[in-house]
Formats: sequence, C-alpha cells, structure tokens
Amino acid sequence: MTKIKKQAFERVIHGIFLILGLVTVGCVLLITVYLIIAGIPAIAEIGLSEFLFGTEWKSTSAEPKFGILPFILTSVYGTAGAIVLGVPVGFMAAVYLAKVAPKKVKFAVEAAVNLLAGIPSVVYGLVGMMVLVPGIKQIFNLADGASLLASIIVLAIMILPSIIKVSITSLEAVPKEYEEASLALGATKIETYFKVSVPAAKSGIATAVVLGVGRAIGEAMAVMMVSGNAPNMPSIFESVRFLTTAVASEMAYSQGLQRQALFSIALVLFLFIMLINASLNFFLKGKSREGKNK
Amino acid sequence: MKSSISKKRKSYILTMRILMWLCVGITVALAAFLIIYVLAKGIPNISWELLSTSPSRLNGTVGILPDILNTLYIVLATLVIVVPLGVGAAIYLTEYAKNKRLVSIIEYTAETLSGIPSIIYGLVGMLFFCEVLGFQTSLLVGALTLAVMNLPTIMRTTQESLKTVPVSYREGAFGLGAGKWRVVRTVVLPNCVDGVITGCILTVGRILGESAALLFTAGFAHALNGIISGLMSPGATLTVALYVYAKEQGEFGIAFAIAAILLILTVIINLCASLVGRFFAKRRNV
Repeated sequence: MTKIKKQAFERVIHGIFLILGLVTVGCVLLITVYLIIAGIPAIAEIGLSEFLFGTEWKSTSAEPKFGILPFILTSVYGTAGAIVLGVPVGFMAAVYLAKVAPKKVKFAVEAAVNLLAGIPSVVYGLVGMMVLVPGIKQIFNLADGASLLASIIVLAIMILPSIIKVSITSLEAVPKEYEEASLALGATKIETYFKVSVPAAKSGIATAVVLGVGRAIGEAMAVMMVSGNAPNMPSIFESVRFLTTAVASEMAYSQGLQRQALFSIALVLFLFIMLINASLNFFLKGKSREGKNK
Repeated sequence: MKSSISKKRKSYILTMRILMWLCVGITVALAAFLIIYVLAKGIPNISWELLSTSPSRLNGTVGILPDILNTLYIVLATLVIVVPLGVGAAIYLTEYAKNKRLVSIIEYTAETLSGIPSIIYGLVGMLFFCEVLGFQTSLLVGALTLAVMNLPTIMRTTQESLKTVPVSYREGAFGLGAGKWRVVRTVVLPNCVDGVITGCILTVGRILGESAALLFTAGFAHALNGIISGLMSPGATLTVALYVYAKEQGEFGIAFAIAAILLILTVIINLCASLVGRFFAKRRNV
C-alpha cells in the first residue's frame, strides 16, 4: 500500500516538473498566437501589399494611410549600418583580446566590455541625445541631428559587447594544434591568428554577427531617443522611424485600426526575429557538426 | 632570421597590429567616455532630497523615491515568479526528461524566448495580461512580463550548475534507497544554488536596464506606495522614469542623475557576478 502511495507521489512530482518544463513552450506559443490574432485583422483590412509596400504612414489623418515600407527599410538599413560599423571593430578587438593581449590587459578590457553590455539602453539613448545628436547637427550643418546616422552609431556601440564576447569564446575554442602547426611552418603569430585561427572560428563569428543583427533590429528605446521618429523613407541625415519605435511611439494613444496596425507592425518585427533565430540555429548546427567531424 | 620575412608580410603584420590596437582603443575609450560623462553630468544632480521625496507640484519636489521603490518591487516580484519556474524547468530537463525530442523542443523555445525583443514582450504582455485576463496596468503585470523574459536565463544558469553535480552523488542516494523526489530535494537542489544565484544576478541586471517591455505593462506613474499596493498599481521604474524625464519632459538634470545611479548599479552588479562566479568556481575545485 505504501509502495503504491509512494509511486503515485513520485508520479505527481514528475508531472509538476513536466508542467514547469513546458512553461517556455507555452509562452512561445502564446506569444506567437496572440501576435498573429492581433496582427492579422489590420493587414486584412489594409491589404497585405499596401501595408508592406506602402510608402506613406499617416495613421491619424482624416484619410489614414498605413504603409510600413519606411519602417521596414529603416530597420534594415539601421541594422546593416550598425553591423558595418560594429562588426569590424568588435572583431579586431576580439582577436586582440583572445590571442594577443597580456592577461591583465585582457581582464581590464573585458571588464569594460561587460560594463558596456550592462548599461541600460535608455542611458545610451540619453547620451546619444545629448552628445551625438547635437554633434551630428553641428558637423553636417543640419537643422536637426536626430537621424538615421545617430541611430546607426548608437546601435553599433550597443551591439559591440555581444560581438566581442561571442567572438572571443569561439576564437578561444580553436584547437591549439592548428596554431602550433602554422607557427611551426614559419608563419608569425599575427599571421597565424588571422589566417588560421579566424577561419577556424568563422562559424562562431558568424553567430556573433547574427546575434548582433537580432539585438540591433529589436532595440527600441535607445533609437527612439535619437532617431527623430518621423515616418520618412530612410535617408542617412533624415529623421526616421524604426519598426520597434513605430510600435512604441503610437501605442499609448492609439485606437481602432491604428492600434491594430501597430500590432501588425509587431507581427512583421516578430517574423524578422524568427528569421534571424532560424539562421542562428543554422550556424550553431553547422558548428556542432564541425565539432563532430573532429 | 628576421630578414627572411618579406616586406609585404611585414607590412601586413604591422597593419593588423595597428588595426587591433585601434579597435581595442575605441572600445575602451567608449566605455571610459560613457562612465565619465554620465557620472560627471549626473552626480552633481544627486541629492538627498532627490532620493528621498516623490515628485509633487505642491511641495515643489521632483524626487525619484517612488521610482527607486518601484524598481525594487518589480525586481522582487519578478524573482519570486521566475525562480521557481526556471529552476523547475531546469530540473525537469536534467533530472526527469527522457524524451530527447521534448528536451530539444524545450531548449529551442527557451532560445527563441531569449531572442524576442523586449518591445514585443511589452506588447503581448499588455494584450494578454491586461486585455485578455483583465488586469490593470500595474507593476505586477510588468513583473509577470519580465518573468517570461528572464525565464531562459534562470533555466540556463541552473542547468549549467546541475550538470556539474557528479552522477555518483545521485547514484549513491538512489543506492541508499531514496526515491527520485528525495534525491532531487536533498542532493540536486542544494547543489544548484550557485546557478540560481548567478541567474538571479543576471536577471536583476536585465530588469534594471529594461524599459521597452515596461512602458505598456507597468505604466509610468510616480505615486509613492507600499509593496502590496505598489504591485497592484501602475508605476515607473528608474529606466522608464529616465526615459520620461529625458524625452517627454526635457528634465535632463534628473535624467542624468538617474543615469548615474543606473550606471553605478550596473557596475555593482557586474562586480557581484564576477565575485560570485569566482567564489563558486573555487568552492567547486576544492
């Protein structure tokens, strides 16, 4: 009798842990389902092609227009710009820290990188607002410095820490034998790092880039504070609005179709993120396959 | 020996060296500039009055005490919600789960969760908790949203620490006749404390920096409340308050004071994380 009781008890405990384990699955399903339910009606009403490829966003005018092409392009350009600026700097810094730097220097710089990673995005936004925006205004002689350029610079700085950290991890995982072989063949240390270690760590570096893309495209508050927030087609010195900031800036006072259209924008953003996650998984899988072959 | 390297190779090496130094220099300079600039602009604005009062036209004060308390409440509430969920899920994955497919699905969804931008959490949190379940915009809804956001972090750190518990411990306990739950409770749980603490520190750091997910879920009121009534009513955390002061009201002095406080807290959290990490690594090696 007690044995049966004990078995039942163990089964209940097992069930509880199973439910706890399934919470994440439930959350992802919930988020996906709610975004689709909330996002579809506006797209159906506006029309998919007009919504995605319309170039005008006038949500509050008498004849509202809901074209989000400016937001999509701004997000794509902004992310691409941040990658172009941030990745080379992060990558070179990572090679130095992983391979060349003396231990003390590495420790100090890594602390600085961790600090950059931990600074809240609104602080980046605030500093961008007070330093970058007036700076751009003055240097390029513009009416207002809040622009795509300012957002790109802020995003590039914000993705720098994750690119450095992930690249360091993958560079440090390169087998020592590879480097030793190259050194024994007469290559110098620097040549070895760039021509042997870096190619060997390329899937890890690709992962770092994709993570950076994900972080840049999802960032809302910092770019909201420096981008100027006008729904223009993207141009480097123009005030622009991202997918994320489009949702954040109008949500508070939106209603009716406008509100539903904001949910549709979130759905588009979510699809972008899912695409990025899928490619991230692709790189990670490629990495584990490489590992198995060794 | 040195002359055997051609000029072309020499210039390649030199270029690469210079580029590396330049990039490390840029990174360090950015960090140094941010710290010095924010502290220099913020610290002169921090006063006891700012820290100890709430904003009131009547008394002419613009204190941030409510925002500090709101942040504290939301951190506590989030941890209370997320730690049992995350630890439970990690225990399921490492101790109970036998179906490999299910494990990979759970791990995949956890990865997906950690990739979703916070603005989407904010939106779905508002949709689900406020519109479907009928909660009011409040710190509690914010905490629930943040709990979902930070679930993968707690899961991952707990799982990592569970993996370091030797199988022989568990086998020993089973050999002495203990049931599965008893083994989990007496052998596994005490050994994952370090992972839970690391996860909590990371979570606190993330909550402190979070703003986009809280705008629509926790709102931005500055009322001074106790913890229970505070959780039930809307309130701004420090980051949200910074945003409101800087973007909507143009009160840059207060914004920089909050930024300086956040920066100092970030430094403290980073220190804690590395100290705790080193402490547990040492203990494990002994």
